[in-house]
Amino acid sequence: MAESRFMTINMGPQHPATHGVLRLLLELDGEIVVKAEPHIGYLHRGVEKLSESLTYPQALTLTDRLDYTSGLSNNLAYCLAVEKLLDIKIPKRAQYLRVLFAELQRIAAHLLWVATHALDLGAMTVLFYAFRERETIMEMLELVTGARLTPSFIRIGGLAADIPDTFLPLVKDFVIDLPKRIDEYETLLTDNIIWKKRTQDIAIMSGAECLDYGVTGPVLRASGVCYDVRKAYPYSSYEDFDFEIPMGKKGDVYDRYLVRLQEMRQSNRIVKQAMDNLPEGPIAAFDALQVVPPAKEAVTRDIAALIRHFKIMQEGFQPPQGEVYASVESSKGELGFYLISDGSNKPFRMKIRPPSFVNLGALPKMIEGQMVADVVAAIGSIDIVLGEIDR
Amino acid sequence: MDRCLAGDLLKGKFPAAELKIEEFRGETSITVAAQEIREVMTFLKESENLQYDLLLDLAGADFAGQATYPRFMIAYLLHSTKFNNKLRIKTWVAEGSGLETVSGIWKAANWLEREAYDMFGIKFNNHPDLKRILLTEDFVGYPLRKDFPLEGRNFDQPFNVCLEEEQ
Repeated sequence: MAESRFMTINMGPQHPATHGVLRLLLELDGEIVVKAEPHIGYLHRGVEKLSESLTYPQALTLTDRLDYTSGLSNNLAYCLAVEKLLDIKIPKRAQYLRVLFAELQRIAAHLLWVATHALDLGAMTVLFYAFRERETIMEMLELVTGARLTPSFIRIGGLAADIPDTFLPLVKDFVIDLPKRIDEYETLLTDNIIWKKRTQDIAIMSGAECLDYGVTGPVLRASGVCYDVRKAYPYSSYEDFDFEIPMGKKGDVYDRYLVRLQEMRQSNRIVKQAMDNLPEGPIAAFDALQVVPPAKEAVTRDIAALIRHFKIMQEGFQPPQGEVYASVESSKGELGFYLISDGSNKPFRMKIRPPSFVNLGALPKMIEGQMVADVVAAIGSIDIVLGEIDR
Repeated sequence: MDRCLAGDLLKGKFPAAELKIEEFRGETSITVAAQEIREVMTFLKESENLQYDLLLDLAGADFAGQATYPRFMIAYLLHSTKFNNKLRIKTWVAEGSGLETVSGIWKAANWLEREAYDMFGIKFNNHPDLKRILLTEDFVGYPLRKDFPLEGRNFDQPFNVCLEEEQ
């Protein structure tokens, strides 16, 4: 066998900078990456297969475990797909609360991203700052949903419960606090010469290349393509909110960082609007009798409600035959659920469109020809979550 | 932009083809024949009035036991950033017969087709690197097929590696 002048090294699956169990086979010419091949699937749990054996309400719990940094966004995408299949209307209060949760979750996911991404590149201080704010969000979400990472709180037809009275004052304090905190991160990173050297002109993707590879989310917008599901196909009353879509120009790691920081500020605006304009009313479509289980008070008083509750919990419901696709803008990109229903109480096929999976497909394009030290910067800049990639 | 335009333009471009256009919950799906998929997709991407430049998703589905169709359905979900609309293209392939790849049109199809191959065993002809993506290379069977058991095959047997070490 002829000796190759290239050296092959194995990065991961146990590597702190791969954000989970990503394995990369890198072929190196000195310090230059000639070829990169991601190997994925170490976290494959067969979510799509499992969902075919569960009723629609049961399958919701699987979605928490996809992108485990933003469980509520996953819940929302799945519920939107099932609700589209069922053709039911969600009350305004539930829609606004969904937006509020989704945006808080986006801020939490972006905080986690900025913390770990900076840590990967050697700026450790940011982690302690960002995790402080993330912890505040986690505690607020725990107060409402009872869970930190796997809420399953957004349910088909609405929400699992109304918010407690103590929740909104906490959100109010947080919304006032956050812009100042983001300013703090910016003083640490934005004009930091080391940060700029590590991120500027690294892993550049042009807008056309991003579209070719199917890249969505902040990575696509950092390359100057304006595609955000919240604006393109507004769901859950996003058309009522006033916000901007931050965009980058060059499409390098630095632009992706700037876009995500700006997105946090915009999300903060949306949270504030959702809180200020929160309508009164029911938190679920209780008129969709076959879908939404009755409230607990009704179950304890009314035998018909008790039976209905039991039937929904045991058998679920039977949506009409057909196929739908619904998507949300999650913190990573477009998260979509494609459901095929055969008229039974279980999905015939549930295809998840995970943003991280498609975005990771562009990684070889980003890092081939770059230095091996920049691989870590490129992986961090895509913001992958292996739970979603491997499913 | 009118959503039905894609159907009309396709009919104009491929008069001989049998297209089935469906509308459900505001989503348009067009079924095309498997052997025409490459021409249709190239047209959808490059036509002035359509410009579907983003391949969002590619999903396989197993319709085993339903005699009216070939076994597998493949659904492509396209988005046009210029006209801001979505279109689903569906096609059917029988077990064992292949389908032309679209990875030359959108590079996103590379991994998505690999996933469909991994899960259903659908072959994509002329794909640059068609191999399993989520499962290991020595995995036997295609898990998302309807005849694959949920708990897996031989799930209660020890792994081969362990047996060799014990001997």
